[in-house]
Amino acid sequence: MSLAGNLFRSSIGRKFVMAVTGLILVGFVIGHLVGNLQIFQHPDHINGYAAFLHQLGPLLWVARIILLVSVGLHIWAATVLALENKRARTGNGPNSAKQWIRATLASRLVRWTGYIVLAFVLYHLAQFTLGITGTAQFKENLPHYTMVDEYRIAGFPVVKAGAEVLDVHSMVILGFQNPVISLFYIIAVGLLSFHLLHGVDSFFQTIGWRSAKWSGALHKIVLLFCVAYFVGNLIIPGSVLLGAKGLREGFKAPAAPAAIRR
Amino acid sequence: MAKLESKVPPGPLADKWRKHKADIKLVNPANKRKYDIIVVGAGLAGASAAATLAELGYKVKSFVFHDSPRRAHSIAAQGGINAAKNYQNDGDSVHRLFYDTIKGGDYRSREANVHRLAEVSVNIIDQCAAQGVPFAREYGGLLANRSFGGAQVSRTFYARGQTGQQLLLGAYSALSRMVGAGGVELHTNSEMLDLVVVDGHAKGIIVRDLITGEVQRHAADAVILATGGYGNVFNLSTYARGSNATAIWRAYKRGACLANPCYTQIHPTCIPVSGDYQSKLTLMSESLRNDGRIWAPKRKEDAKKDPNSIPEADRDYYLERLYPSFGNLAPRDVSSRAAMRMCNEGRGVGETGLGVYLDFADAIKRLGEPAVRERYGNLFDIYHEITAENAYHQPMRIFPAVHYTMGGLWVDYNLMSNIPGLFVLGEANFSDHGANRLGASALMQGLADGYFVIPYTIGDYLAGQKPGSRPAVDGAAFKQAEDNVRAMTQRFLGNKGKEPVSHFHKRLGKIMWEHCGMARTKAGLEEALRLIPALREEFRANVNVPGSGDTLNQSLEQAGRVADFIELGELLCRDALTREESCGGHFREEYQYPDGECKRDDEHFAHVAAWEYQGEGQAPLRNIEPLNYEFTKMSVRSYK
Amino acid sequence: MVAEKFSKKLFSVTLRVWRQAGPAAPGRFTDYPAANVNPDMSFLELLDVVNDGLTIKGEEPIAFAHDCREGICGTCSCTINGKPHGPGRGIATCQLYMRSFRDGDVIVVEPFRARPFPVVKDLVTDRAAFDKIMQAGGFITVRTGAAPDANAIPVPKQDADLAMDAAACIGCGACVAACKNASAMLFVAAKVSQLGLFPQGQPERDQRVLGMVGTMDAMGFGNCTNQYECSAACPKTITHDFIARMNRDYLKASFRSAFKPASSSTGGGAG
Repeated sequence: MSLAGNLFRSSIGRKFVMAVTGLILVGFVIGHLVGNLQIFQHPDHINGYAAFLHQLGPLLWVARIILLVSVGLHIWAATVLALENKRARTGNGPNSAKQWIRATLASRLVRWTGYIVLAFVLYHLAQFTLGITGTAQFKENLPHYTMVDEYRIAGFPVVKAGAEVLDVHSMVILGFQNPVISLFYIIAVGLLSFHLLHGVDSFFQTIGWRSAKWSGALHKIVLLFCVAYFVGNLIIPGSVLLGAKGLREGFKAPAAPAAIRR
Repeated sequence: MAKLESKVPPGPLADKWRKHKADIKLVNPANKRKYDIIVVGAGLAGASAAATLAELGYKVKSFVFHDSPRRAHSIAAQGGINAAKNYQNDGDSVHRLFYDTIKGGDYRSREANVHRLAEVSVNIIDQCAAQGVPFAREYGGLLANRSFGGAQVSRTFYARGQTGQQLLLGAYSALSRMVGAGGVELHTNSEMLDLVVVDGHAKGIIVRDLITGEVQRHAADAVILATGGYGNVFNLSTYARGSNATAIWRAYKRGACLANPCYTQIHPTCIPVSGDYQSKLTLMSESLRNDGRIWAPKRKEDAKKDPNSIPEADRDYYLERLYPSFGNLAPRDVSSRAAMRMCNEGRGVGETGLGVYLDFADAIKRLGEPAVRERYGNLFDIYHEITAENAYHQPMRIFPAVHYTMGGLWVDYNLMSNIPGLFVLGEANFSDHGANRLGASALMQGLADGYFVIPYTIGDYLAGQKPGSRPAVDGAAFKQAEDNVRAMTQRFLGNKGKEPVSHFHKRLGKIMWEHCGMARTKAGLEEALRLIPALREEFRANVNVPGSGDTLNQSLEQAGRVADFIELGELLCRDALTREESCGGHFREEYQYPDGECKRDDEHFAHVAAWEYQGEGQAPLRNIEPLNYEFTKMSVRSYK
Repeated sequence: MVAEKFSKKLFSVTLRVWRQAGPAAPGRFTDYPAANVNPDMSFLELLDVVNDGLTIKGEEPIAFAHDCREGICGTCSCTINGKPHGPGRGIATCQLYMRSFRDGDVIVVEPFRARPFPVVKDLVTDRAAFDKIMQAGGFITVRTGAAPDANAIPVPKQDADLAMDAAACIGCGACVAACKNASAMLFVAAKVSQLGLFPQGQPERDQRVLGMVGTMDAMGFGNCTNQYECSAACPKTITHDFIARMNRDYLKASFRSAFKPASSSTGGGAG
C-alpha cells in the first residue's frame, strides 16, 4: 500500500490521523486559552490580540482551514474506526455484559464527550465567531474600541495606539453574564478536558512514545494539563458570573444596542 | 515377519552421518515440486520437517488435529534444550553429549543415531537463534546455559521456563512462512485415522475433519508421522489431554512395527494428585533441581508435620545421600524410583502420602529470593495456582508422573519405518533415547529429526520413486481405509452404552499405573494382561458416545483415542513382561541390585523389541533388532 | 501445616453455559447445576464432570476447547463472568481453580465474542485468523542450515529479555475477547516486537509490520482505543507497551517504504 493508503486505510494509520489532528486541535485550544486569558488584563490586550489575528488575512484562513480539516479528519477517523469496532464485535452471539477490567472512565466515555464537545464548538462558533446567537452582544454589533496603547507581540508593535478595533472584551463579558450560557460553557470545557484526559494519553500511545517506564509520569502530566486547562477555561465565565473586580475595570456596558454597522 | 534393517552406515562413529549424507541419493531441484509429502503433526518435529521440506521445494501437506499448529504439546516443555556447543568451556563436546545420552538411555539406543543427534545439536541452536527464539543471554549478549539432570556440564539452552514454547513457536513461524509462501498446505482440525498402504508403500492417509466430520482421503509420495508419544495411556500424565497415539497405532495396525513400548519415562518433579476428578498432572521443570533440594522426613511420624518445623537433623536429603556425585541432579528414572521408595517406606508427605519435598530454603538463603524468583518465578506461580501454597515459604510437594515415552514406531537410520515411505519423527519414533531420556533431550531430538535429518534422508527414498507415480485417491486401498474409518465411527455412535469415554480411560490409567508404572513385576503385568482385554470388551459393549459424526464431537474423538490406548496399553504390558531385565524407565522388581538400581541383562536383552501386528485377536509378533555397540562399552549405569 | 487458606468444604454452583449446535445455529444460555465442587478442582475439570453427567443422561456434552491444561498451549478460551479466562490475573481458563468461586455462585460461561472468531460449537471458536496474521510476516526468514553460529550475533540481554516478555504470548485470543472492539493489536504487537528486538529481525522489520497489520485489518479485527483491557486480560500479562512499539514501527515503516529508494533491477542469473 502507498503511504496515503497506510495512513487512511489501515487501523494504525487512521489512529495516527486521529492522533495528529488531535494534537493540532490541542495546540489550538491551548493557544486559544492563552489568548483568552488576556481578558484579565487591560482591554487593550484581548482587543489588540483579536485585531492582530484579523490582520493576518489569508494566513488566518490557512489556520482556519487547517483547523477545519483537522476537525473533519478527527471526526471522520473516529466514525470509521468506531463503525469498524462495532462490526468486529457483532455477529457472533450476544455481547453479554462485558466486565471492564482497567479501562478508565475517560476512555469509556470518550465518544460521548466528543459529541458534546462538537455541539459546544458549533455553538461557540455561532456565538463568538459568527454572531448567529447572542447577536446583540456580537463583537461587530458593539461600538468599536479605541486602543489606549499599542499592542505588541514578542516586542513587535502589531496594533497601534488609537486604532479602532472590535470590542471582543465587552462581547465576552456580556456573553458570559448569561448564567445559562456560562454554565453550558463550563460543562462543555469540563467534558473537553475529560476528553483530553484520554485523548492526550492516547496520543503518546498511538504515536508510540508511551512505555511503562514513564506512563505513570505521563498520566500525571496529562492529568495536570487537563486540570489546568479546565481551570483556565473555568475562570473566565466564572469571574464574569462572580463579577470579578478586575474585569470591570475599563469595561463600560453599552447603554443601548448599537446600530448595525454594515 | 518384518525385516528390520537398521541401515546404519559403516565406518567410524564420528564419520557415519557425514559420509551417509554424501552417499545417499538426491532429488533434482526441478523434480522436488513433483513430490507430495504428508506430514502429520506440527510439534517440534512435524513443524520443523514441514517447513524445511517445503523450503527444499517439496509440496507439503501438513495435518494437525489442533485448531492451530502452534498448540502442539511440544509447547509445554519447560526446561531447555541440550547442545554440545561448549560455550561454557567446561569440557563439553559432541562425544560427551553422545556418551551422556547413550548412558542416560541405559545402553538401549542405537549408537549411530545418538551420535548423529549430538552432532546436529549445535546446528539446532544456530537455527533457532537466527529465527528469533529468545534464548536466555548473559550480560555480554551471548547465550546462557544451565545444567540439567544426567550431565556434569552446562549445555542446556533455555528461554525462561518456556523453552519448548519458544522453540515450537520458532518452528511454527518457519511453517507459517512456508504456508504463506504456498509451499505448505495446512489442514487444521484434521485427525489422521488411518494409513493407506499401496503395494507395500505408505502412500496416503485418511483424516476426519473434526469440525465438519468429513472423512477425507489424501495421497502423497511419502508420509511422515510426527505425532508425539503415547503417555496418555496412563490417563494421568503431564501430556496434554489431546495427546494421543492414534496415528502411530493405526500405522502399527497397517504393519509398522512398534518398538520398545515399555520404555516410559516417569518425571520425578510433578505436582501430586489432589482428587479423582483430576485430569492432568503438572510438571515442575527439572531445572528446579539445580537449586532445590529434595528430601523426605527421616521418620514416618514426621510425614504429616509442617515441613518447616522438621529440624535439619530429621530430614533425609536422600538423593544427595544415595548419589553423592550427581545429588539432586540424578537422572529422572533414578530420582523417580527413589521418591517412590520414600513413599513406600511411609515417609511420603502431603494429604495422600504420595509426595516428597523440593526445598528452596537453602537457595533463597544463598542467592536471595529475587534471584530465585528470576530463575523460577513462573514455576513457583504455577505451583501456587494449583496448590494455593507459597513455595518461597514452604517446600514444594512433588511426586513422579508419566512424562515421556521413549518407545515408538520402529525406524531405521533414515527414520523410515519398516513400511517404505512411512517416516516417523520425534517422540513418535523410538530411536534416540533408549530406555530413558535425559532432560532437555526431547526438544533436541524433535528438532534434529525435523530440521536436519529428514530433509536429507527422505530424498534417498523419493529418488527411488518416479515423479508423478503416487496413486490416485480413488484406488482400492484408499477406499478400504476410508470404509474402515467410517465403520469405526459408526460403531461408536451406534453403541449407546452406559458410560462416558472418560470412565474407561480412568480405569485403564489405574491399571497401567498400578501394574506397569514405575516398578513392574511379572505377576502384576500378567494381571494387567488379564484386566486390559476385559476392559476392552467392556469398553466396546458399554461406551456411550452421544451426538453425531457430522459436527464437532469431542466424545467421538476421545472414543477413538481411548480405544487405541486400551490396545496399546496391552502391548505395552506385553513388552514389559517379555523384557526380563530392568533398564532406564523399565524397572522390573525382579531385576535389581541390592541397592535398588536397575539390573540390565545385556546378554539376552541388548536388543530392540519391535512388535508386529498380526491381526485382531492374534498375539503380535516380537521382532528383534540387535544393538551392536561398536564404540561404547556397555557398563553398569552409575550416578554415585 | 501452614494454615489452609481455603476451606476444602465441597460446595455447589450453577454453570450458565452458552450452547450453540453449529456456526449457523442460534445459541442460548442453559443452566447446569453442579454439586460437590471441590475447591482444588480446576474449572475445566468441573466441566469434565458436568459433561460426564450429561453423557450418562444421554445428552450431548458441552464442547469446549482445551488441551495442555497447564496454561501454555492457548487452546482454552472461555469468557467467564464477562472476563476472558475468568477471574484472576495472568491465568488461562485451565489454570482457574474452583476456589475462586463461592457456594451458590452462578457462573456465566460463553465463547470468546468477536466476529473474526466465529463460534464452531458451544464454547469453541475458530481462531484461524491468528494463523493467517502469522503467515503474513510473523517470522524471520532463515533457511534451515543457513544460520551463522548462534553466538556470532550478540543480543543485549535487556533486548532478549524484553523479546521474551513479548514472546510469551500463547495465541489464545483473550486480548481480542477482552477488547470492546475485538482488536488483535496485542497479539500482533507481541510478535512484531519480539522479532523487531533482535538484530536478526531487522531486514524484514518494515515488511513484517506492514504485512501483519494489513492482514489483521483484513481479517476484520477492530481498532485499538488504548483502553488496555487486552493486557489486563492476557494470561501471560503481556504489556500494551508493545502496542506502542508496534504503532511506532508501523508508522516508521509506512514513511520509510514511501521514501526509501528501491532497486529497479528485475534480477536474473549470471550465466
